[in-house]
Amino acid sequence: MRLLKQVAALSLLPLLLLGVTAQAQSPTYGVGRAPTEVEVRAWDIAISPTGEELPVGSGTVDKGSELYLSKACAGCHGTTGSGGIAPRLVKDDVGPDVDPWRFGRVLPIRSPYATTVWDFINRAMPLGQEGTLTPDEVYSLTAYLLFLNDVIADGTVLDEKSLPLIEMPNRDNWAQVPDWFPRQPRLYGYPY
Amino acid sequence: MSSKQSDRREFLKRGVALASGLGLGAATQPVLGQLPGPEAHQHGTDEIVAYGKRSRFVTSVRIPHGGRHSPDTFGLDFHIAAPLQDSVGVITPSSLHYMGTTRGSFIPDIDPDKHHLMIHGMVDNPLVFTMAELKRMPSVTRLHFIECAGNRSSSRMTTVQETHGMTSCAEWTGVLLSTLLKEAGVHEGADWIVAEGVEEVKGASSLPMTKAMDDCLVCYAMNGEAVRPQQGFPLRLLVPGFEGIFNVKWLRRIKVVDQYYMTYNDYGHLTQDPANAALGYQIGPKSVITYPSGGQQLPGHGFYEVSGLAWSGGGAVSRVEVSTDGGRTWMDAEIRGTAHPMAHTRFTFQWNWDGTESELQSRCTDDIGQVQPSRAQVAEFWNIPAGQPFSVKGQDNSIQPWRVASDGSVHNAIA
Repeated sequence: MRLLKQVAALSLLPLLLLGVTAQAQSPTYGVGRAPTEVEVRAWDIAISPTGEELPVGSGTVDKGSELYLSKACAGCHGTTGSGGIAPRLVKDDVGPDVDPWRFGRVLPIRSPYATTVWDFINRAMPLGQEGTLTPDEVYSLTAYLLFLNDVIADGTVLDEKSLPLIEMPNRDNWAQVPDWFPRQPRLYGYPY
Repeated sequence: MSSKQSDRREFLKRGVALASGLGLGAATQPVLGQLPGPEAHQHGTDEIVAYGKRSRFVTSVRIPHGGRHSPDTFGLDFHIAAPLQDSVGVITPSSLHYMGTTRGSFIPDIDPDKHHLMIHGMVDNPLVFTMAELKRMPSVTRLHFIECAGNRSSSRMTTVQETHGMTSCAEWTGVLLSTLLKEAGVHEGADWIVAEGVEEVKGASSLPMTKAMDDCLVCYAMNGEAVRPQQGFPLRLLVPGFEGIFNVKWLRRIKVVDQYYMTYNDYGHLTQDPANAALGYQIGPKSVITYPSGGQQLPGHGFYEVSGLAWSGGGAVSRVEVSTDGGRTWMDAEIRGTAHPMAHTRFTFQWNWDGTESELQSRCTDDIGQVQPSRAQVAEFWNIPAGQPFSVKGQDNSIQPWRVASDGSVHNAIA
């Protein structure tokens, strides 16, 4: 009897603990299912500025310059990264020591984070064959574009560790969106 | 035989003669004593029985916007503007709803039975929903406008379709995003979400959790039927009052995260100026007169019901004023029906035009007190010298002036 009580008390403990979490976070409707870890890994292509989702891999400027031709990037973006029908990929030539905002609307120089460059190539290029590049190829193409824009030196190897550490010229040179709350004006002090 | 009977015999004879000279279904001439009929009578078709069709006399259409043709040389749809000059009420028909995309899009052809929405990241219970499961969840139906950040009038434009056509309003049905996020159990410190589509660029936007939990909708229906493919079939996110790009179409995934992700879409709105960033986020109070508007022709002086649309990303429209003298004096317009939060609101104004040159303007005030500015007021606020060309910071919500010339022609009056 005493043993039974002890067993009962012991078995209640985890249930009680579970009960506490479950009370705060249990689903109300119970519709839908949990994804498998494999599903989440396959779907989760968003790369944060801190880069924790970056896949293991590496690439170089040299390999990137080859891929730029072999993957037909040059066909739309121009052999030199400009002059094509697709958006230009090389900064405007406005001299070395200027506000990076004057380099133009060019992703691999204007973006505050190199992760955005990697993420967009990975998810959205090449046109019509999106999602076909390997992680190594994306690292190489990113390296090549950053090299073309004088962000990294020739010979730099980019991987999941080094990519998020790249200091883009606009790293701290952009305006964050304001904290948002319901029914607040879009800009305090601006009546319009 | 009385003359009356004789007339009838003649009439019958003529009628037979007329009918034999005309093919079936061809336009008939009004016969003496009969009212004129329509141009023709159409035989029913299976297609029209199944889904209906508008009259061949109604020719209102969307147009490519922003100097880039849709479809472009790749076959991508880019920006397409709604014919606001023909709009009545507040609902934009789904087939005429404006469209915007980030890079230009091929429209994905999605089998809804194979489509899923995944919610994962900083949550207790990651979830995957089928479309059928989403439709089992508690739903809401709301009127909301969407507007493109590039909906900006300029002196080079003629019609209201060109100046303001990158906004539309529909009745949207779906599940509140907050319902789904609560079901998943959001972690402390998860201040952002990344919403992502399934199209070829897999367009994704960062959104603050405060907005996600407030009034965002995961929509499967618009205007009483499934969301149109150009609008994100089978599922789109609706972010009421935020700029168009946030309303992620072909929605597949919501990742709950602790930081702003600087996605390519986010990067597209990147600016160096904090005021520009703030004013390009939540849409300001805005309105435009759709009749009479640029390119239209008034037949002569006399009575006209001036009509237009007003909206705000900050709340509901609380007041609309109209000026017929270029903004010197203002009179209240009538708000038609209920002004819904973050929805187009129809206003009208009774105007007796005396036939002299006039300048029509409208001005919107929303229920959080924001007032639509003139370009002059914007210039004054930012200390821009008079006469210096400038672009309104953020999303352009400035007043649109229409000049009615004495010959009744209507022109864009932006200097």
